[in-house]
Amino acid sequence: MSKMTVEVVTPERVVYSGQAEMVIARGVQGDLGILPNHMPLVSPLKIAPVRIKTEGDKEVKMAVSGGFLEVRGDKVTILAETAELPGDIDVERAKAAKARAEKRLAEKYAELDVQRAERALQRAMARLDVTK
Amino acid sequence: MAKGIREIRRSIKSTKNTRQITKAMKMVAAAKLRRNQEKAEAARPYADKIQEVIASIASGTSGSKHPMLQKRPVKKTGYIVITSDRGLAGGYNANMLRKVVTTINEKHKSKDEYGIFVIGRKGRDFFRKRNYPVLEEVTGLPASPTFADIKKIASAAVQMFANEQIDELYLCYNKFQSAISQIPTVKQLLPLEAPESSEVRTINYEYEPSSEEVLADLLPKYAETLVYSALLEAKASEEGSRMTAMGNATDNATDMINRYTLSYNRARQAAITQEISEIVAGANAQA
Repeated sequence: MSKMTVEVVTPERVVYSGQAEMVIARGVQGDLGILPNHMPLVSPLKIAPVRIKTEGDKEVKMAVSGGFLEVRGDKVTILAETAELPGDIDVERAKAAKARAEKRLAEKYAELDVQRAERALQRAMARLDVTK
Repeated sequence: MAKGIREIRRSIKSTKNTRQITKAMKMVAAAKLRRNQEKAEAARPYADKIQEVIASIASGTSGSKHPMLQKRPVKKTGYIVITSDRGLAGGYNANMLRKVVTTINEKHKSKDEYGIFVIGRKGRDFFRKRNYPVLEEVTGLPASPTFADIKKIASAAVQMFANEQIDELYLCYNKFQSAISQIPTVKQLLPLEAPESSEVRTINYEYEPSSEEVLADLLPKYAETLVYSALLEAKASEEGSRMTAMGNATDNATDMINRYTLSYNRARQAAITQEISEIVAGANAQA
């Protein structure tokens, strides 16, 4: 199977760089599956796990937030505010963050910043999903 | 110098202590400078990529309509001022703040016309004490700040621009030239100058959902990235400035120690001579 170059970049560093057969990400309009020789594309991403299929059954998962994806020729670049590989994730902290966000959303008091709580919840869920 | 031997010895000792500290600070600053430069280097691919994509959208016809790219009549101006938390960095903060104050005095007549977003304790104290309108502040940043550390203040500033609470946003930081030269700079951040695409080969992307929406998503990010890279540069400048200042301090301390040692030896010699002449005089008197 043909391959393409995949790079995941955050403002701080290049998190991942390598060859892959397929990239699966959640765009704002739905899931995107990118294969080699995809047409040039730019799309913002939701806070969700991104899966990079490197070879056969092997895949790399990472939790991406605040990102977007660019496809250009045989190169896929994901730019994100944060991108974490399973090894970088503190599972306990993510669980605690999830519980906290859920509690906040359930309480529904007046000055609640719903969007912020929802984003926190999404981030926590993406992290937990990646570490599963 | 009319000091007693004991006082001179004490000054030598205290100057030596000072020199030890300044020397250590210089070395720490040199190490941090290198780390910050690496960090600034690592941040570049991200900023370059965003810039590239924005350039290719903005070069299309539809892009330039976005409010963040358009100039509008200025009623209120925002300044993001980056200073350090700690002093002992030579003229680092003083130069920056002087530049900001001059700019503000030139451009504005009353305090309603501008607001300040300040990063760093030194700047915050300065503006607070003088009753400048501080809109937002961040202090206590680590030596190598992460994007998350300044995300809040950067997006607050960008948000205020989007809400038309401010109509211009300037970024004030010390531009890093080299370890010995940093230039206080005031740079316009918003409205963004649509980045020129340096390459001729602009690609026709497929935008999902649409080029306007992608642009609306990317421009605030781009502005925040610019703030972050300015911060990294300012941090490198800070350490560079501190390194130079502490290097000078160490040299001065060495000079002082030499001078004290000379006068210490002179005083010691004088005391010995005096003692000998007293003994001789005493012996002569007995003989």
